[in-house]
Amino acid sequence: MSPPPAIETRGLCKSFGALPVASDIDFRLERGARHALIGPNGAGKTTFVNLVTGALAPSAGRVFLGGEDVTALPQARRVKRGLARTFQINTLFRGLTVLENVALAIGEHVGVAGDLLRPAGSRREVIERAFASLERLGIAEEAGRLVHELPYGRQRLVEIAVALGLEPKVLLLDEPAAGVPGAESGTIVETIESLPEDIAVLIIEHDMDLVFRLARRITVMVQGSVLVEGTPQEIAEDARVREVYLGEREHR
Amino acid sequence: MTAAAPAGARGRGAIGALTGRHRLKPLEALPWAAAIGAYFLFPDYLPLGAQVLVMVLFALSLDLILGYGGIITLGQAAFFGVGAYTAGLLGAHGWSEPITGLLVAGAVAGAVGVLTGLIVLRTEGLTLLMLTLMINVMLYEAANKASAVTGGSDGLQGIVISPVLGLFRFDIFGRTAYLYSLAVLFLAWILVRTIVHSPFGRSLTGIRENVARMHAIGSPVLLRRLTAYAIAAALSGIAGAVLTQSTQFVGLESLGVDRSGGVLIVLILGGFGRLYGAFVGAPLYMIAQDRLAALDPAYWPLAIGGLLIAVVMLARGGVLGLCGALLASLRGKGRR
Repeated sequence: MSPPPAIETRGLCKSFGALPVASDIDFRLERGARHALIGPNGAGKTTFVNLVTGALAPSAGRVFLGGEDVTALPQARRVKRGLARTFQINTLFRGLTVLENVALAIGEHVGVAGDLLRPAGSRREVIERAFASLERLGIAEEAGRLVHELPYGRQRLVEIAVALGLEPKVLLLDEPAAGVPGAESGTIVETIESLPEDIAVLIIEHDMDLVFRLARRITVMVQGSVLVEGTPQEIAEDARVREVYLGEREHR
Repeated sequence: MTAAAPAGARGRGAIGALTGRHRLKPLEALPWAAAIGAYFLFPDYLPLGAQVLVMVLFALSLDLILGYGGIITLGQAAFFGVGAYTAGLLGAHGWSEPITGLLVAGAVAGAVGVLTGLIVLRTEGLTLLMLTLMINVMLYEAANKASAVTGGSDGLQGIVISPVLGLFRFDIFGRTAYLYSLAVLFLAWILVRTIVHSPFGRSLTGIRENVARMHAIGSPVLLRRLTAYAIAAALSGIAGAVLTQSTQFVGLESLGVDRSGGVLIVLILGGFGRLYGAFVGAPLYMIAQDRLAALDPAYWPLAIGGLLIAVVMLARGGVLGLCGALLASLRGKGRR
């Protein structure tokens, strides 16, 4: 038997009142996958991420992480099992330095964050690791600045540094390059490309160049359901996908 | 590559900022020097001084959850009162040793903090504010109705407290009260200072800054908030117990909602989330109150209100925030 997928959902449903935002989603993210989730605005992509991470509880259906049912587990426990995410809109500690943003994540990951007595500053290994991850993303010179002082594109890199600080097995990237100017966008693509092969990556993105460059499989969502899944070539040639996307472009 | 070296060096300075943050600075000796100096300079004001120190301790406990944890509460006097009554009941029923009395009062208040925290900390914002206020009001009414135990609105009579360490009797000049309060405050300060600089304390700050992110990095947010809430409750209880023991009296006002509001004002005046806001705000608030009440016994709260409005409008970070901003601008000018 092949090893269980990194993430699997079965019959996942979510409604806000009468409005269904996820209907009957069966999805598999294989180990080491480079998988993109695309679809027009309001298709339910971010909701799907929130259901997988546990930020939202599903109305029905189950979520499996590495073959184990985690539907009932709170967010934090799923993170401990290797699930990390970035947010579509920067969700950082805005009043803290860039370095401490990452150090907090690493502190939680290595299990020292519950310590009440020893000074956080004496955990040099945590702080050095945080700094090293900033160096990898090319933002080490910003380490001492407060996050809210940084331009938005630089903050996106901090967002990724925080997620990578958790040394995830599964990484969910919610529009990592949205609102990011060219230079930083290149850094983000290179960072994702240079991730270890055994990390499973699910990326939500609107930038099709980026999607087709990074993804080896693509799932298209429309109105809370999976429309089609396939290789980039299959998706590019799919008539229904074209219809959805051309239709959307006309609306803009 | 030559341009990258100074940039990297600048970044590495951030490491030093984190690793050196918990080291003691000379300025941190100032409150203690002032407190000891006041003991010798103002021997006639020691009873008021002891009350100020109790208020510092109370506000310090609030700073842990409000300033660092971002838990907005209007009911912290619930724990102050529970500690005050615990110490009073012990003293009225034959347990007159003060230090064990303090510890029991802290434990009881901490336990009440755990029980109520399990309910209220599942909420945020206005709901949290209302729930903490309601618990405070309920405890006040319970103490009022249970007059057989608490003495009701007359207060608890017949409290006997033995000399501290068998040596220092609580005297009418307030000498023992002052030094006892100061010693307890000092120990509590060491504890709170240790906590806010610990990884736990930094994670509290993270919860204040962004709860969604804390969940997403795998932090057990409720457990962290509950732990902080219980510690703050225990320290508030100890503050109440110190007041009971040094005055050998406890009344309903120890549980009063206006005390919950007062401690919030103290922290806003001094500046919250800075560890020393309590040390600035409490003397400012209580000495102003004492002087203003002597000037006009009826309308003094008006002046306190004016002071609070001025701080909120002009100095959002309180007196300490204002000092910090002034220092920063002075340094900026010096560089230019």
